[in-house]
Amino acid sequence: MTKSTIKFVQGNEACVEGALYAGIDFFAGYPITPSTEVAELLAARLPQKGGKFIQMEDEIASMCAIIGASLTGHKVMTATSGPGFSLKQEALGYACMAEIPCVVVNVQRGGPSTGNPTHVSQGDVNQARWGTHGDHSIITLTASNHQDVFAMTVDAFNLAETYRTPVILLFDEAVGHMREKLVVPEKGAIPLVDRLRTAVDKGVDYHPYLPREDGRLPMSDFGGDHRYNVTGLFHDMWGFPSNNPSVVNGLLHHLVDKIENNVQAITRYKEYFLEDAEYVLVSYGSSARSAIHLAKNRRARGDRVGVLELQSLWPFPEALIRDRCRGAKAVVVVEMNMGQVMRHVKAVVDEPERVFLANRIDGQLITPTDIKKLLRVIQGMGV
Amino acid sequence: MSVKDYLRERYFPHMWCPGCGHGTVLNSLLRAVEALGLNKNDIVMTSGIGCSARISGYVDFHSLHTIHGRALAFATGVKFSKPELKLLVPMGDGDALAIGGNHFIHAARRNIDMTAIVMNNRIYGMTGGQFSPLSGLDKKATTAPYLTIDNNFDVVELARAAGASFVARTTTYHALEAVDLLKRAIDHKGFSVVEILSQCPTHFGRKNKEGDATNMLELYKANTAKLGSKALKENPSLIARGIFVDETRPEYCEAYEEIIQRATGGKR
Ligand SMILES: Cc1ncc(C[n+]2csc(CCOP(=O)(O)OP(=O)(O)O)c2C)c(N)n1
Ligand code: SF4
Repeated sequence: MTKSTIKFVQGNEACVEGALYAGIDFFAGYPITPSTEVAELLAARLPQKGGKFIQMEDEIASMCAIIGASLTGHKVMTATSGPGFSLKQEALGYACMAEIPCVVVNVQRGGPSTGNPTHVSQGDVNQARWGTHGDHSIITLTASNHQDVFAMTVDAFNLAETYRTPVILLFDEAVGHMREKLVVPEKGAIPLVDRLRTAVDKGVDYHPYLPREDGRLPMSDFGGDHRYNVTGLFHDMWGFPSNNPSVVNGLLHHLVDKIENNVQAITRYKEYFLEDAEYVLVSYGSSARSAIHLAKNRRARGDRVGVLELQSLWPFPEALIRDRCRGAKAVVVVEMNMGQVMRHVKAVVDEPERVFLANRIDGQLITPTDIKKLLRVIQGMGV
Repeated sequence: MSVKDYLRERYFPHMWCPGCGHGTVLNSLLRAVEALGLNKNDIVMTSGIGCSARISGYVDFHSLHTIHGRALAFATGVKFSKPELKLLVPMGDGDALAIGGNHFIHAARRNIDMTAIVMNNRIYGMTGGQFSPLSGLDKKATTAPYLTIDNNFDVVELARAAGASFVARTTTYHALEAVDLLKRAIDHKGFSVVEILSQCPTHFGRKNKEGDATNMLELYKANTAKLGSKALKENPSLIARGIFVDETRPEYCEAYEEIIQRATGGKR
């Protein structure tokens, strides 16, 4: 592609376009609504560029396969929804521990269990953070429209390489399935991060798990000159299992710090009318569309409502939220779950008693009217 | 090259108990690799979790020690993304056929080119002696204090039915035979399975009164016979050793090259 192209697509297709733009070479998956289109489209598109698509026997195998393929030096992704995301958790933790770049798409449906396969929900926010066992950190991005789905997908591949970590793309059924315009920018318009490979010569001891001064860990492809061990056990700088307390302590700190110390660099967000906002709506994904719509309507009537749209959920953008909510008469978190982000917002703002939840959990998209009703109560204007 | 050149001596002593059969499997495997003259950079060993799975740490190949039961799924990602690599996938019987049973039959069904080695000690060694899907009836295990009522899989029949194009069985008593079978399996294009009966004196032997490692090895000698042998004909209850399946069938990665040709209209 030399010029930008305009398309009319589903959100899942925008994700595929983003992955291809970012240079995906390998996808492994298992069908599940509402993410299946991602697999279907890549089954067609990947072989056209010499890439690989494989339908595995389940989501566990899919997660394992992309980790294996990442180790041979490829850009990899898998896509799923709730039940499949649950199945991926053990291998996702392995990717955290062994520091394997990979992208995991979860197009959320209602849960728990089989839940509501064809309806919208944002119930997996905390699972994305803590779904796999043990202390760890993880990057999770989200988006409310197709242009941002595209951009966040490209970003996810870039962040996975930069921090040698799995990155979760947490979309939702509404964004995944609705159709709208997408402009695929020309090649080079968005910078791409390639695999950082070691410069250590053949025959010289290479340490796959020794961070450089800037914290990054250069990799060496399986099949290359450096043979090393990769394990999900605590390990030393050669990748060999160790339960030496200082090795264990050091590795766990490294895994958490490499992400938590870079919150600012990882944080993605958008703001609408926040400069003088008395009422701050904090939202993300398809909920943010309704929040933005309402804010525009209220502004037209002189009501000082603004929106902070989060595009990265983990690591949690604490400082940003604290700053943008400071002095607000009320903060309303708009989401389609029982308050998964709201709880975290309450924990970080100066005045938690001013934080409210506008939510919907019935499988229907939260509407501007739903948010307005709550806002009117908060403003003392009756129900 | 000598066998020692394939070891990461830095990581010895190994973690296996004295008399454990898994070290013998390692020995046979390295001799097979040496005999084939394979380049260390071309080999990836992928393993799961278990005493058996620790084998990947001791070899000087690219090594991927993963999670319980999923070694073949990881190996599929490695192989499919870089088909020029040789994949060796040693697994314990629980690893391969309890938690990993689904991946085992599907890797066989795809006939993807890799060698699965089932280090079958009929017990969960690492977790301390619970029964496995290969223990069989009337065996004692920590989770079967009144003896097992679970039937066992037959690895050979399962692999054959699932579509593996090379299937063989031997024991750690027959270490030289194991070298030969492993050589043939590694050389085979497609999904190859070698089941190696490997003694766990610490748990299976002790619980089932099979004595020490030497005794258990003697039992492998006494209770098995070569395919096509007179001994097997006269006593069909013996466990057969040898090559059960050796067929040429389309391999998965090669078949995908065909897909790429179709998708690109033959332009690649
Ligand atoms: C998901 C999961 N379940 C359970 C375990 C615990 N576990 C570790 S090894 C093992 C069984 C090992 O037996 P086998 O695969 O036969 O190998 P062996 O140790 O006998 O060589 C089990 C159950 C685990 N590590 N992960
Ligand atoms: S417990 Fe059994 S399988 Fe494990 S190392 Fe000891 S003898 Fe081998």
